[in-house]
Parts: sequence; C-alpha cells; structure tokens
Amino acid sequence: MSAPTHNRTVLVLLDPATEVRSSVLELLTVARSLGRVEAVTLEAPTVEALAQLGAYGVETVHQAELPPSAQGQARHLPAVVAATLAAAVRLTDADVVLAPSSFAAKEAAALAARELGAGVVIDAASVSQDDEGRVVAGKRVFAGSWDTTSVVRTAVAVVTVRANSVVPQPADTAVSTDVEGFAVAVDGALPTVVERTPTERDAARPTLEEAAVVVAGGRGTGGDFGPVTELADALGAAVGASRDAVFEGWFDRYVGQTGVTVAPRLYIGAGISGAPHHRGGMQASQVVVAVNNDPEAPIFEICDFAVVGDLAEVLPQAAEIIRAHKEQ
Amino acid sequence: MRIAVLVKYVPDINAERRFEDCRVVRDPAEGTLNELDENALEAALRIVEALPDDEREASEVVALTVAPPEGDIAVRKSFQMGVDRGVRVSDDALAGSDYFGTTAALAAAVRRLEADGPVDLVVTGMAALDGLGSVVPALLAAELGRPALTFAKKVAVEGGTLEITRETDEATETLSAPLPAVLSVADTANTPRFPNFKLIMAARTKQIETWSAADLDLDLAAVGAAGARTETTQAAPRPEKPEVELVQDKGSGGQALAEFLIRNDLV
Repeated sequence: MSAPTHNRTVLVLLDPATEVRSSVLELLTVARSLGRVEAVTLEAPTVEALAQLGAYGVETVHQAELPPSAQGQARHLPAVVAATLAAAVRLTDADVVLAPSSFAAKEAAALAARELGAGVVIDAASVSQDDEGRVVAGKRVFAGSWDTTSVVRTAVAVVTVRANSVVPQPADTAVSTDVEGFAVAVDGALPTVVERTPTERDAARPTLEEAAVVVAGGRGTGGDFGPVTELADALGAAVGASRDAVFEGWFDRYVGQTGVTVAPRLYIGAGISGAPHHRGGMQASQVVVAVNNDPEAPIFEICDFAVVGDLAEVLPQAAEIIRAHKEQ
Repeated sequence: MRIAVLVKYVPDINAERRFEDCRVVRDPAEGTLNELDENALEAALRIVEALPDDEREASEVVALTVAPPEGDIAVRKSFQMGVDRGVRVSDDALAGSDYFGTTAALAAAVRRLEADGPVDLVVTGMAALDGLGSVVPALLAAELGRPALTFAKKVAVEGGTLEITRETDEATETLSAPLPAVLSVADTANTPRFPNFKLIMAARTKQIETWSAADLDLDLAAVGAAGARTETTQAAPRPEKPEVELVQDKGSGGQALAEFLIRNDLV
C-alpha cells in the first residue's frame, strides 16, 4: 500500500470498545494507508483498548452520547451503530468509514451509507485509492474463485473489510489518545432488546473469524472433535466445523458461506468433504490442507496438501511432531 | 396477515459461476431460487399456518422478486412451496443496481402491494448466495420505516408482535417489535418443506404479475447502473491451484502432514 496522497480522514468502528481485536487492528492498519485515522465507539474504551489505539496512531476516539432509547443493550443494534457512524462522519468531515465484516457491522455500515448518501462495499479484501483519489475496494467472490474491483463513486466511502486481509502494523510512533463525546440522534424504528448475552470467548484460543490458522472437523469425525482440537492446540489454531457437524450438534460454529467465513494463512479440514457451501466459507484461505478417508472428496480439488487416511490416526500423529518441533 | 417474501434468482453454486463485462452471468439453465430464500418461505408459511382458522383464511403470502424474466424460476419455486401470489419487478433500467437501487425497487413494490391492504411482515433469507452482502433486509426496513429483526434462528409471531432469537458474532440476542416489521431468517431457523405434487401442478399455471419501474414510480436516477454508488471495474477468475500433493496414509500420514507444515513455515 502506498503512502496517502490525499488529506483524508478515515473513521474506524470499534464496537465493542472493551478490547481491540486483531480485525480492528487490521482496519487501523488499512486506514493509516488512506489518511488520518480516528475511531468511533458506542461506549468508553478500556485503558488497554486506548493503549492499543495509541500504538496504532489513533489520536482521537469519538464516543457516542446516545438518547435514552438507544442506551444500554440497544447501543449495539445496527441502526444505532449506523446513526453513530453517520453523525461521526458529519462531525469530522471524514471521507472513509471502515468497519469489520461481522453481520452486525455490515448492516451498520450499509445503514450509515444510506443515511450519508455514500457508496458501500461489503466484505472487501483490500482497500486503496486510484489516481483520482477515489476509494477502490477489492473483493474475493464466488467462493474465492473470482476477484473483483469496485470503485466508490461518492464523496464518502463506507467499506467493511474481511479479517486476515492485511497483517496488523502499529504506527511508527505511538501517540496519546483522547476520547471526545459527541451527541448522536437516533430516529427510526428500533426493535426492543429483550435479552442479550455476550458470547463467551475462549481466552486460550484465537476466534474463528480472526485466527491465522483454522482446524475444522466435519462428518468424518463421527462426533469426536478430540483429534481436531489436539491438532489445533499444537498449532495455536481456532477450531471450526462443517455445517453438517453443527446440525448434528457436535460443535457450535461452522465455517461456510452462511456461517463464519474465514481466510486464514492455513486452513486444515478434517473429515470434511468440501461441499460448495463449505468451500464458500474457506476457499480464500492461503494454504488449504485436507485429511479425509475418501480419495474422491471434492475438497481435494482445492487443496495444496492432502492426506487420504483416518483423521483419528493422522491428526494426533501430526500434533505430536509439531509439539516436538516447537520445543526444539 | 399479509406477508411478502423476498426471493432471488441466483446462479447455482454447483455450476461454474462467472462474470462477463463486470456483471454476474445469469444463465437460465444454471440459475435457481436462492437456497436461503427457502428458509424465508418456510418461515412465512409456518407463521400463517399457526394462525387461527379465520385469520389464516384471510392471509396472503406473496413472493416478490426484482429480476429479469429468468427470475420467474424463483417465483415458480415459491408457488411450489405454497405461496399464494407472485410478483416480479422487471425493468432494463434496474440492471446494475447497487444495494440502494435494489432496496428502492423492493420498497416501492411493497408499497404497491399495500394498495390492497397492509403488509404486516416482509421476510427474507439471511443472504443471497451470489453477492452474500446480507444488507438489503436492514436497508429495506429503514426505507419502509419499520424495525429490522435479522438473522433469526427462532421466530415467533404472537398478538401482533414479532420476537426472534439470533446468534451474532458478539452475542445471543432476543429481539422483539410490533408488526409491521422486516424479518430475515438464518439457514438454521427451519428445514424447508418439499413441494407436494398438488402444489407442483398448481404452480405451473399460476400467473406471475410483472411490474415495471414506471408502475412503481421509481426515480430512474437512483436505480440501475446510473444510480449505483459503486461500480465494478474489474472481474477476473483466480488462477487455478497447482496440482495437490496427495499422500496416502500408510502409518506416517500425520508425519507427512507435519513435515509439509514445517517445510512451508506454517508452524
């Protein structure tokens, strides 16, 4: 990515503000290549979050002051996040808004663009600018089989960026970060949040969306995710599943075009045949490895390396050698 | 209860999908109803089926699509599942629409349906398998001034209130709103029914209404390629992967796997 040629302001969505996940560190890294970076939150950032924002060159955090109807659990509703982003753009005269590609953030981005009359690109794999200073986004589509490039024709561009698009890079010099409140009006019909339970995260493991290495299990595990988890532990990887395995009740989150879409450095699929649905969620991975006892499994067509064999034998053996290698 | 279900005609994910002149090629021989819309149709039909007899008989489920004539495939499939009425919005001026142009056309079509009485609920799938943007339901809700309850895993309509449970990346949530509202359902919400013979036969002869941009009073500057705020300027297939390195496990397959990872600096 080249140095910024325009004096742009780029807003990055940070929601929740209790931590700065690697997907947001990526957004901050992309944002710095486009201009001056400021963050937008719906709540007070923690001390740790502020320190990370400072390390990534963010001098100002704009924290929404919301009307009572949008406070509490309702503040995470996409319509509220959208109103906040739109108000922040008007406040700062920003040119670009970057958000993660979670389902909620995608809705918020599109709704903010609607309010601003801005163009929106969803699920971008890259963001840059062309000679005329227009924002250009690259996407990987059709289950990772095609690359497209889109130009945003409006003055303001809103883009959601997929995780693992860039390697997070702190700024050359850390800065101190100030939090400034700003008033946000929220109109429009909001649903009532009857109940909200934040998802518990396994602190010992990266999240599936953001992990650099993913090990996933499918029908071929027969319901025993022990070997999958063992290899994931050895690699420091996130664990995922196929949709079939989740429908069987063997695991809670699946990789697929309607589940979690991953694009890690390394993806290992064990006992997964590689139906189009699953491929749509992982085909953009840099290196794909498969273990399956069926030599005709379609996943072998998109692999870099594959073992035809019993995953209950192959995975633990690989894990043991990897653990030994790491101890050297 | 009147429900509009948004359906989309998309290239079959099992076929070879491609672009031509930066537009998705929609070949009728390889096109189908977006699979995720079957979950939307199922959810809508179940909501109506759960109503008391008199309300159920007064109910109507309408399949609505914005598409060229090939889009009839999606509406026809919706008839087979049991919807009462089908509408296709078609106009050359709509080709190349972005999310906002598509939303404008859908909103205008819902308003036109309301000429015959209120539409209590708009139901959609969680995504279309060609674009996978998942933002049109929320945009449509904003355009219609109704609450959006999206990615529902569980759906209940009772006493004029819609309540859903959903699992986002961040949290498990229960949301509720009075009707009218916009609902999108996840692929885990239900198992779509198989069409029965009677409905398949009936679907053959059902009329699909077609509405043009003029019928809907659409602002032509805001829709189609002319109104699109983004423009796809390049589309290219990814290079094919080199031949896979395939190892038959004869007792050292795990070792071969570990060595591949170590050799490629992936450990």
